[in-house]
This record gives sequence, C-alpha cells and structure tokens, in this order.
Amino acid sequence: MAALYVEDLLARAEEREAETRRSVAVHKELELEFDAGNLLAVDRNPVGRAVVAREALLRTLARDNTQLLVGQLWGLPSERAEGGAGPVVAKLPEPSTRLPREKPLPKARPLTRWEQFARLKGIRPTRKKRGTLVWDEAAKEWRRRWGYRRAGPNPSRDWLLEVPEGADPLEDQFARRRREKRERVARNELSRLRNLARAHRGAAANELHPTGRQDRAELGRVSAVARLSTASRGRFQPRLPKEPPAPKSAGPGGRKRRFGPVLGDLEGEKKRQLELARSLSAKKPPLDLTRAVNKQLRQDEAEAAAAAKGKKRGQRGKRARRQQRRPGGKKSGGAARRGSQGSSGSVGGKRKKK
Amino acid sequence: MRPLTEEETRALFEKLARYVGENLQLLVDRPDGAYCFRLHKDRVYYLSERILKLATNIPRENLVALGTCFGKFTKTQKFRLHITALDYLAPYAKYKVWVKPGAEQSFLYGNHILKSGLGRITESTAQYQGVVVYSMADVPLGFGVAAKSTQECRKVDPMAIVVFHQADIGEYIRHEETLT
Repeated sequence: MAALYVEDLLARAEEREAETRRSVAVHKELELEFDAGNLLAVDRNPVGRAVVAREALLRTLARDNTQLLVGQLWGLPSERAEGGAGPVVAKLPEPSTRLPREKPLPKARPLTRWEQFARLKGIRPTRKKRGTLVWDEAAKEWRRRWGYRRAGPNPSRDWLLEVPEGADPLEDQFARRRREKRERVARNELSRLRNLARAHRGAAANELHPTGRQDRAELGRVSAVARLSTASRGRFQPRLPKEPPAPKSAGPGGRKRRFGPVLGDLEGEKKRQLELARSLSAKKPPLDLTRAVNKQLRQDEAEAAAAAKGKKRGQRGKRARRQQRRPGGKKSGGAARRGSQGSSGSVGGKRKKK
Repeated sequence: MRPLTEEETRALFEKLARYVGENLQLLVDRPDGAYCFRLHKDRVYYLSERILKLATNIPRENLVALGTCFGKFTKTQKFRLHITALDYLAPYAKYKVWVKPGAEQSFLYGNHILKSGLGRITESTAQYQGVVVYSMADVPLGFGVAAKSTQECRKVDPMAIVVFHQADIGEYIRHEETLT
C-alpha cells in the first residue's frame, strides 16, 4: 500500500519536472537561423495545418521560437552594467542580415556657380582637396587651416604693418585690413546665399526683393507669377506690348491640349478646312520659272513644227493633210473626255519625227 | 476617333494638294452631303456625316475602320497616302500619266515607271509633281511622283525612270493585312 503511494508521488514529481523543462527546451526538425545582431530568428520549418485552433498554434510557435532566440542571447558574452550593480547586458555581434535602407539616398548637393562654370569650361582643381587641419609648428598642435584659432601667426594680432609701395603714407593700414576683411566676408556670404537661392529655384516669389537688382530671367519669372495672381488666374490679363507669347508647354502658364468634339460643329469645321485649302492654293508663287520656260519652249517647238508642216503641205498634198488630222481623231482618248487640264501629247517620239 | 487638329489638317491638305491641286476644295465641300476627315488610330478616314453618326455608337477599341482610309500619320507626324485614297484622288487629279499595257504589270508589282513604259503624260507636268497613274484603258492604277518634267521626258533614254512609284492597286493583295 505504502509502495504504491511512493510511486504515485514520484510519477507526479517527474511530470512536474517535465513540464518545466518543456517550457525551456524546444525541439525543432530544422535548426533555426539566428542573426543575433538584429535580434532575428528565421524558422524554415513548415507550419502545421490546423484549421480549428490556428490562433493557438501560431501563438505556441511564436513562443517556442522566441524561447530559442532568448536562449541564443543567453549564450552571448555578457556583463553587468553600472559596474556590476546593474542588469545583465549582452554584447550583440555585428548584424549579418543586410536590411534595406529606411530613407532614400541623399541627393547630390547642387553645384555652386563656380563649380558649374568650372565644369562647363573644363577647369580642374589644380590641387587635391585640402584637409581642414594642419600642423602648427609654433603651437606644436593640430589646428584649423582657417577661422578661429587657425594655424600660423594670427594676422589680426600683428602689432606692426608695412606700408606698401605707392600707398598713402598717412592711411591706417590696420583699418584698411579690417575693412577689406569685412568686404570679403560680406561678399562670400552673398555668393553663399545666391548659391542657396539657385539651388531652390522653384520659389520665384521669393526672388522679388525690393531693393536688390534683378536680372532679366528673374524678372520674367516674377512677372509670369504676377500675371497668374489675379482673381481669374490671368485669363483676362492683356499682354504687355513687347512681351513674348506664353510658352506652349504644360506648366503654370501652359494649357492642356484639347481636341474638338467628334460630332461637333460640322459646318464650322468645313468652313475652316475650306479656308485652309484656299490659302494653300493661294500660296503658290506668282511665277514658276521652270514652268514658264517650259511653256515658252513648247510654244516655240509648236510654231517651228507648224511652219515646217506648212512648207511640206504644198509638196505632199493629200497624204500630209490626212496625217495632220490623225492625232486628234485617234489619240485624244481619256484626257479630253475627263476634262483634264492641258492637252495630252504623245511622248513616244516615233510620230514626232515624221 | 477625333477630328484633325490644325497642324494635322495642314499636313493632310498639303499632301492631297500635290495630286488634286485646288480641286481639294471639291473634296471638302461636296454637293451630295457633308463629308469630313476623322483621325482614328493615327489613320485619317474620309466619311460622310451619316457614317460618322453611326460610328459614334461603337467603342473606340472595337472600331477597326470607318469610311475610306486616306492614309496615316507617321510617328514623326508626317502624312502618308494609302492606295485606298485613289478612288477619291483619281477623278480630281490634275496631272496624269498613262502606262502602256506591257508596263502595267511591272507597275502593279511596285516598280517605278520607265520611259519605255510611258504611254502618255499630261502636258506641263513639272518635276516632282504628284501624278495619278492610269492604264491606257483609263483605269486608275495608282499614284506616284514625276521624276522628270514633260519636256525632259522627251529626251531621256528609254530605261530612265520617269515616274517614281508611290502606291498601286496591287497593294490590295500585297499589303492586304495592313490596309484598312
């Protein structure tokens, strides 16, 4: 009786142990592929087909795979954060799976005006791009090439300046140097802003600065914007006397191409086409030189032939007269009947020689 | 199907006027009813108003052809005449060429007309003038371009080309699948 009791207890304990082990140990047909750097596990085992308890199946699958992944993480080298007092932190290896970029590639910086010009003219930089840091021999450290705390002697700290040859001896050279530097800075700032504005060309309205001088193209763009800024979007805006016509391309000023209706105004269409046909026939040059010369040649030939025939007629009499009648009788088939312009002559040449 | 734009009409009329001259107006303004030109799938069709109204009931994709095809616009917007336009060009043609019976077959096979095959030619035909080609029995066979003016035709040797071939009624058989 007691033996049976012990066996029962043992079996129950074993069962409990198996239960806890089952939650940690997961058996898989195919090993999972891990990428600990991305905290990624790939399960290539086929998913069982459960129609009824599908949700439960997926849940257990996810739990088992997460268990495997966490088991992998525990195998990584780890340490305690905050000098041994904090939580356990694992050192992740480099990720092995290449993920696609989240953001698009950055756009290339638009060229500055000088860079554009240099490319157009094929000017190459004579030296390689210089680094910003240079070794300062006097200070024995690396310093910037220019700007605050630059390398080399600081020109603004000079206590003595040479008066250049040909310069006004009374002129303050220090003041002049300060002024020139101020001008240089201002000019650089202006060209920087210009390059920036050129890079963002779309906003034409921003170009309308009241005091600055604007070039032709700028003014044209601004006036095109102003033209459309009426209540009717520029539809009734008259054009200025010497203003070029609006560009045909579709854009802010362009118009969409429209075709006429299939069954629209047939009478109007006919009228327009008739006008076009008339203008086409009226466009002919008033004197076609080759045609005129040909006509003259032809006339001369005919006259010469008539004169020759008139001479011959007296000699030959009856036969010649019959021959003269013949071309009209037999040959004037289609052309004459169809009312075509101009007479149609034989080109065979045989008959002409007679 | 749509009406032609201004540029398309101009291209079409300039091509037609080479063959029919000012008779083109007779094609546009006809006494026997309203006729018009319509563009469908890059082809220009000449049709009466009645057929036009009937054709509007057919969806664009299902419409193969309507009226008489005059020619087509190339991808570079040039106009090419088709042989199907011959029925309308022949009655109004200003310049004509008649081909001898022996040379008819050669022309109908797509060859140029040689001087030896030339039966008659309209007087005062200029060089490169569009001409309609007839058989000696006055059956229109096709059209082409005069390679030589009438004056020059008299002097050239028999094997010289007189009319360049453009289209002939043999195409009804040779190009049966593309003629619509």
